[in-house]
Amino acid sequence: MEITVNNTSYTIDAEPEMPLLWVLRDELGITGPKYGCGIAQCGACTVHVNGYAVRSCQLAIGDLGNSQVTTIEGLGTTQSLHSVQQAWIENQVAQCGYCQSGQIMQAASLLSTNPDPTDDQIDAAMSGNLCRCGTYPRIRAAVKAAAKKLQEV
Amino acid sequence: MMGRLRTLTRRTFLIGSAAVAGGVVFGTYLAKRPVKNPLLTDLQQGEAAITPYVKIDSSGVTLITPRADKGQGAYSLQAQLIAEELDIDPASANLSPGLPGPAYYNGTVMEESVPFPAYNQGAMAETVRRFMHVPAKLLAMQITGGSSTVPDSFVKLRMAGAIARETLKEAAAQQSGIARDQLSTENGFVVLPDGTRLPYTELATPAAGIEPVTDVELRSKSDWKSLGKPMQRIDMPAKCTGTEQYGIDLQIEGMVHAAVRANPGLGAAVESYDATAAESMRGVQKVLPIENGVAVVADNTWRAWRAVDAIDIQWAAGPYPASTDEIFAKIEKVINNEAHRDHRQRDEGDVESALEDGDIFEAQYKVPYLAHAPMEPMNAIVKVTDDQCEIWTGTQIPLFVRDHAAALTGLDKENVFVYVQPIGGSFGHKLEDTHVLQAVEIAMALKGTAVKLVWSREEDMTHDYLRPGAVAIGRGKVADSKVDTFDLSVAQSALLPDWFGRLMKINIPGPDATITTGSWDQPFDIPNYRVTGYRAPTMVPISSWRSVGASGNGFFHDSLLDELIHKAGADPLAERIRLCLDDTSRKVLEKAGEISDWNGPSISENRGRGVAFCLSFGVPTAVVTEVTNTDSGIKIDKVYVVVDVGDVLDPVNLEAQVFGGVIFGMAHAMNCETTFENHAAQQNNYHAFEGMRLYQVPEFEVVALSNAGKIRGIGEPGVPPAAPSLGNAIFAATGRRIRELPFNKQIDFV
Repeated sequence: MEITVNNTSYTIDAEPEMPLLWVLRDELGITGPKYGCGIAQCGACTVHVNGYAVRSCQLAIGDLGNSQVTTIEGLGTTQSLHSVQQAWIENQVAQCGYCQSGQIMQAASLLSTNPDPTDDQIDAAMSGNLCRCGTYPRIRAAVKAAAKKLQEV
Repeated sequence: MMGRLRTLTRRTFLIGSAAVAGGVVFGTYLAKRPVKNPLLTDLQQGEAAITPYVKIDSSGVTLITPRADKGQGAYSLQAQLIAEELDIDPASANLSPGLPGPAYYNGTVMEESVPFPAYNQGAMAETVRRFMHVPAKLLAMQITGGSSTVPDSFVKLRMAGAIARETLKEAAAQQSGIARDQLSTENGFVVLPDGTRLPYTELATPAAGIEPVTDVELRSKSDWKSLGKPMQRIDMPAKCTGTEQYGIDLQIEGMVHAAVRANPGLGAAVESYDATAAESMRGVQKVLPIENGVAVVADNTWRAWRAVDAIDIQWAAGPYPASTDEIFAKIEKVINNEAHRDHRQRDEGDVESALEDGDIFEAQYKVPYLAHAPMEPMNAIVKVTDDQCEIWTGTQIPLFVRDHAAALTGLDKENVFVYVQPIGGSFGHKLEDTHVLQAVEIAMALKGTAVKLVWSREEDMTHDYLRPGAVAIGRGKVADSKVDTFDLSVAQSALLPDWFGRLMKINIPGPDATITTGSWDQPFDIPNYRVTGYRAPTMVPISSWRSVGASGNGFFHDSLLDELIHKAGADPLAERIRLCLDDTSRKVLEKAGEISDWNGPSISENRGRGVAFCLSFGVPTAVVTEVTNTDSGIKIDKVYVVVDVGDVLDPVNLEAQVFGGVIFGMAHAMNCETTFENHAAQQNNYHAFEGMRLYQVPEFEVVALSNAGKIRGIGEPGVPPAAPSLGNAIFAATGRRIRELPFNKQIDFV
């Protein structure tokens, strides 16, 4: 089976029902997406599939087809940060940081479809991503800062 | 002196009594003996390890940050403390937790158990606190917890930086023939009077050959360059780019993946199992019994989990009552039962006489058992050979992990190596090491192969060592619109004897402070004031959960106080201020009133606000919460928090820890509990243990005052006043007093 992750193509030998998350983490060594719950309750595993935020713990690789998968590693790097990542660093959002890959991927997906979200729209888009440290006030601030940044570009 | 201390410690709490006694008996000599610098053991050519915290070679400076980072920013802050005196940019240094060692003992964490409230900083209280560092050193307690990283490191790490700096200068002085006091340092260089810059990296070898300069003075606060100002956390870029490597992300050459299923009846054995189906599943390499469970080794985590699900296991019943109702019945049985009284640390005035007759208020409160449920589930990588055992894991107790693995493998402690990893949340969960020992067991059966064990979320939440459930009975009386009598009884299982027994194999008799921590030690002066702890039997395994005893006691004490204030017809904030006997705490309450405009125009209809206060880990913390009673439930609008930690080292991270702590406290108060049926925890994933979601998060305003004389840590103090502040606000908005957590059993949230 062929899958494309961060613009790189990989050949995978795995059961079609294996969740994308475990293909990424254990088969490909791409560990930015995190395991938190395995039942789409926490969003730590969020990646983009064809640009949209998806819980990779719920997506069987057999259902991927020709889709393009982007993980946090493909969103931006320390040398070339995505605006959302930049806003996250400027707002010093992360504490333990474990959920933040998923939070950032969710926020990037929101802003790509809705560049100027209202507070309610931010709440609606981001409420599936759980943070146990309670970084939420800064997540809210960073999403707004990133929206502003993206509009200025 | 010895005699006096012995009298004094007779009534101290468990760690106090045994360990202080131990310290006095043989500790003076041992405790004064310097602890060996562990970095000297395997120093390579050209490397210098001037203190246990600073290692320099030709490639750069490595700062050792022995307190674990579980999200509280400990790595960054430890590096900043060293760097402030060493004169380097900490972002340019390598940070390493180092190998665990006795040199990294934590003395401050033990101070919490002294029988003096934090606001008492008199000579005797301070003497006893100082003595708590002795057992910590003797027992090699390298522990991260108790909001102690900042107070324990504040002097120690700056000292390490200063000693390293002066030693490097001394090496430069010997090399250049210019006296040390003529030299200065700047960003990794010793600077000679003529402007010549000698890099630290080149001075490492000569510095290693001279006696460290230990006669150093710390810079005064006004000379700080980074400390005290907003800082950027060093781990932030990695955490925002998916490149921070947690224990769960680590890959070791040739590693296999393991899953376990342990008895959900915690501590009970496996009666029998049938793994026929699992053994033939794809990728499965081995199925083996472990203590109280069964393990699968496979080539992938998901395959290992699927296989472990396919094993049919017969369990022995857990060694405690089967259901939550039966467990709480045991707790309720001991409360106000003098045969089960554990301690009474506060007894002022005459509560008995005051409550003999008249209009007596009485109410019962309850808090549930709670899982820690950090986002990163428990995991460990272990490799065992005939000669050594290597462990890669995120842990708050690296030396205990080492010792336990040594006992299990039969290896010498010196041949067990624990490589501490960054932690994706803990809240106290990683003060336990059952998962590590399971991984050691599996690795012993696969000698020479690294085994990575990852608990599924379900395994994690049903095999936790929980925050103990507790029950309280509050009684009181008011007179002349004032609170006159306050009598609180709290019952729960004893936490510290369990933990010390489990992890250190130490059996210490005596009272357990945690039963009333956060209620007996509050800075109030009430004419008749009594707090009593009752000890319930040991039932389900329990452990420290962010803010420990104060997590429940903060709710009990402040809820009762609020009820009595309302009964007296007094203003909730004004009466707390009037009753407060500690200046630092009073100013915190006053500031909370000021920023929340407490005395301004009254809050509109259908809204309410509540104030709560708790002094925990030495930090007075006041929380004012504003809520709206909407048609579909309570909406938390805004939260004001005031703390006093003494000197603030990083205001940006402090604010994050404060609102994070308050959210943690409120989230669990809203909708979390761990209940038992058939001896098993019922909440096995986040759908049943939800916490707070972004749409429920209020606005925050956080203020840190610096009136306190001592510097404090802020990881935990935000938690205890959060729940009562929300409960008091709900009462103000709805007239309903909810005395049992979680609140959502009785009211909805939007």
